[in-house]
Amino acid sequence: MAHAYTPGLKVTTNIKLRKERRLPLKGNVVVNIGDKVSAETIVARTELPGDVETLNLAGKLGVMPSELAQFMKKKEGDPIKKGEIIAESSGFFGLFKSQIESPIKGTLETISDITGQLILRAPPMPVEIDAYMDGKVADIIENEGVVVESKVTFVQGIFGIGGEARGIIQPIVNNPKEVVEADLIDESHRGKVLIGGSYVTKEALEKAVRVGVIGIVVGGIGDAVLKEFLGYEIGVAITGNENKGITLIVTEGFGKMNMSPAAFKLLSQHEGDRASINGATQIRAGVLRPEVVVPLEESSEIRKSKDYSKGLEKGELVRIIREPYFGTIGKVVELPPNLENIETESSVRILKVRVEDGKILTIPRANIEIIEA
Amino acid sequence: MEKGRELLRILATDCGSTTTKAILIEKKGGEYRLVVRGEAPTTVEAPFEDVTRGALNAVREVEELTGRELLDGEKLIYPAKDNRGIDIYVSTSSAGGGLQMMVAGVVKEMTAESAARAALGAGAIVMDVIATNDRRKPHKRIELIRDLRPDMILLSGGIDGGTVSHVVELSETIKAADPKPRFGTGYKLPVIFAGNVDAREAVKERLEDKTALSIVDNLRPVLERENLGPARDAIHELFMEHVMAHAPGYKKLMKWTDVPIMPTPGAVGALIQTIAKKQNINVMGVDIGGATTDIFSVFNGIFNRTVSANLGMSYSVSNVLTEAGMENVLRWVPFSLSRDALGNRVRNKMIRPTTVPMSLMGLKLEQALAREALRLALVQHKEMAVGLKGVQQERTISDAFEQVATGVTLVNMMELDLIVGSGGALSHAPRRVQAALMLIDAFQPVGITRLAVDSIFMMPHLGVLSTVHEKAATEVFDKDCLIRLGTCIAPVGNAPAGKKALELTIGEEIITINSGEMKLIPLAEDEKISAVIKPSKYFDMGEGRGREVAASLRGGVVGIILDCRGRPLALPENEKERFAKLNRWNSALSIYPDAKEE
Repeated sequence: MAHAYTPGLKVTTNIKLRKERRLPLKGNVVVNIGDKVSAETIVARTELPGDVETLNLAGKLGVMPSELAQFMKKKEGDPIKKGEIIAESSGFFGLFKSQIESPIKGTLETISDITGQLILRAPPMPVEIDAYMDGKVADIIENEGVVVESKVTFVQGIFGIGGEARGIIQPIVNNPKEVVEADLIDESHRGKVLIGGSYVTKEALEKAVRVGVIGIVVGGIGDAVLKEFLGYEIGVAITGNENKGITLIVTEGFGKMNMSPAAFKLLSQHEGDRASINGATQIRAGVLRPEVVVPLEESSEIRKSKDYSKGLEKGELVRIIREPYFGTIGKVVELPPNLENIETESSVRILKVRVEDGKILTIPRANIEIIEA
Repeated sequence: MEKGRELLRILATDCGSTTTKAILIEKKGGEYRLVVRGEAPTTVEAPFEDVTRGALNAVREVEELTGRELLDGEKLIYPAKDNRGIDIYVSTSSAGGGLQMMVAGVVKEMTAESAARAALGAGAIVMDVIATNDRRKPHKRIELIRDLRPDMILLSGGIDGGTVSHVVELSETIKAADPKPRFGTGYKLPVIFAGNVDAREAVKERLEDKTALSIVDNLRPVLERENLGPARDAIHELFMEHVMAHAPGYKKLMKWTDVPIMPTPGAVGALIQTIAKKQNINVMGVDIGGATTDIFSVFNGIFNRTVSANLGMSYSVSNVLTEAGMENVLRWVPFSLSRDALGNRVRNKMIRPTTVPMSLMGLKLEQALAREALRLALVQHKEMAVGLKGVQQERTISDAFEQVATGVTLVNMMELDLIVGSGGALSHAPRRVQAALMLIDAFQPVGITRLAVDSIFMMPHLGVLSTVHEKAATEVFDKDCLIRLGTCIAPVGNAPAGKKALELTIGEEIITINSGEMKLIPLAEDEKISAVIKPSKYFDMGEGRGREVAASLRGGVVGIILDCRGRPLALPENEKERFAKLNRWNSALSIYPDAKEE
């Protein structure tokens, strides 16, 4: 475990980003390798099996399940229309017939001679996936989807809500320390992805939804604000399906926290550019972080991303990610190999960080992340 | 493994979701002892996608630490001779999210509950329980099966000779859902049928083509008796054959091990049962992890396991706060903290799950959260570990079908002899006494209860080993796995503060303790003393109020903890009074370095 460290969130530009776009079930890929796609281009399609409806036919006809076959007008696998007669009892001397109509359009899937139930299935539902970002199709995953590739500016957040969306980048504060208040938001922000500073108020979030803002990117959010906005508390960090009418991306954490200067500067430089954003977060094995992706011109130069497999080095810029120094940025000055005792009396691997005011702090290595700028 | 040969050197690994841990056990002077433990990151996910890489790395660390030669390239060397080779290799696994199952039964409180117990006991996470009387519409059940994509389904229902149609209806639901397994699209979902023998043919007709169906003995052949063994064995077998075989690298790992790979919690359960049986005691084991908390118990020979899927200290820490509520967490914290600050801190831990507390304040808060996670997990365990429901005399199945829950929990804290804790929050607490107090506060043991922690999480390895070599497993468990914390003495009852709670007589010495107080009596790990405990008229040590009990008390790295704070334990609502009490107890037990100053 010698290389234990937390890789930081990416705040970078001119990189080549590959995005897998997969169907939930097997289906058809409708683009080819090398095709230029826009974020909205449909790249693959499939059909989800339709919903199932059960019908207690034996009960409705008042017969034994084992007798059902003689009353059936349709057999397993037959297509059925809504209102169509699917079974009929003869009644006495041809009188008092019971006719059972299909409650849905679809297929008669099974007839059970034990339970007396019919299982009816509605027609399949079409599902499509789009390219998510402007770029080109770099790879095809047979029957499942594609890999879209693009040169981009890429900023990861730590936590988000809401799913994929697209909009024009619009900074609404002047510096990463400023709070996003409701009065900063107006009708001109419809369709925009707003770049904020250290915090967003509940009123600002609500107003943003009202005026049709697509997304907000901000340093921090209060736990209580998020709870009030969502109407419930976040238990486990698996998000992306909130239907609140906005995608929110938090870059630093909970509480009032200045957006990292690098992220603020980079996002501000893209004012007026179109971004693809996603608030979906999954903090589990196979972690998924929220992101802002801004596709760049083809001609721009690709930057090689640094190889972090070697672990942490002296001089590296790091962020402390645990109280009481949460959010503090500094440079690694020492990496002692042995375990050391900290205030809690735990014996952990530590490092020493020189922070802005020149002070040197001793921090457990688990509590820092590398700033991958 | 060579048959009939005495085992001199045993290698065991546990492939967890993040770390693969290897241990080496050797026979020395007639007994089995742990030699060393090595670990390496698990390699199930990209870029390696081969679990054996991590296992080999962990074994290489064992080689480096011991100077033994265990591997020839990538092959294990057999048999053990001098400094070379091993005699047996066993492994457990929880990588890739463990075994995720759905269970189905006719009556929620009866066969479905028995099925859930069988699955949990086998080491699975039960994603949902489907029952004929669960009040869900059939299409909702179908949607659920399809959405959750379990690794396996256990279908039960009907006592032998009982209902057939309800069981068949469940099988039709599964058939209609046509569930697809999580790993690999090229294989069929394993379904185990352990229900009414009379329904076998009909279930087979419906599920044989669409699923990999196995049929085993009914897990509830009569209302009065569960028969969970065959279903559990089938789960283990199918876990290997179907689920694990499709996880990256497992086919190779399965060839290396001398006995089948067990799901990690299944192995821990096997060990806890072995210990309870061998020592003839009631045991409770708890493993508080990052995402889940598992509780295992054996009371009067009956084994139960529960998984609290969203109670944990890193990924699920935020859910602990949500489920417990802020007041319940803050009641354990001996300083002022606003609700906003608590909320932000906990959510920050959720999004940075691998960070560790670096201030004393942070540690106290973390341990408060651990108490609540453990407390809630025990509540869930008590609800699941119950006697069979629906077994009243002279009732027909149709009567029983409608009856309300009648099962009484099997968890009797007064009869509990030993609590074993494991998982980061307990095993890595900077002071062992902190682990002891977390267990006491959360579980509130009563009477006389021994406390221990599994310091390096060796229980899975020893659990799978116990299935082939009980002696080696229990010897290592006893000597190297457990760190004995000591014994907790806690009478039931409450009395006004300052009133005498009990007298403890050890030889000539009499120790008196008042209501509302805690006291620590040092007694080393290998020491045992005889004592007489006489509670005052307000308190009960299991024999009735004021009645004395004689006991042999075992020491530990902490010692004997006298806890006369009362049961149930009530903390003052007034903040100042509460801080004062918490600090007094902290100081009596020397829990934190600053206990005296606060």
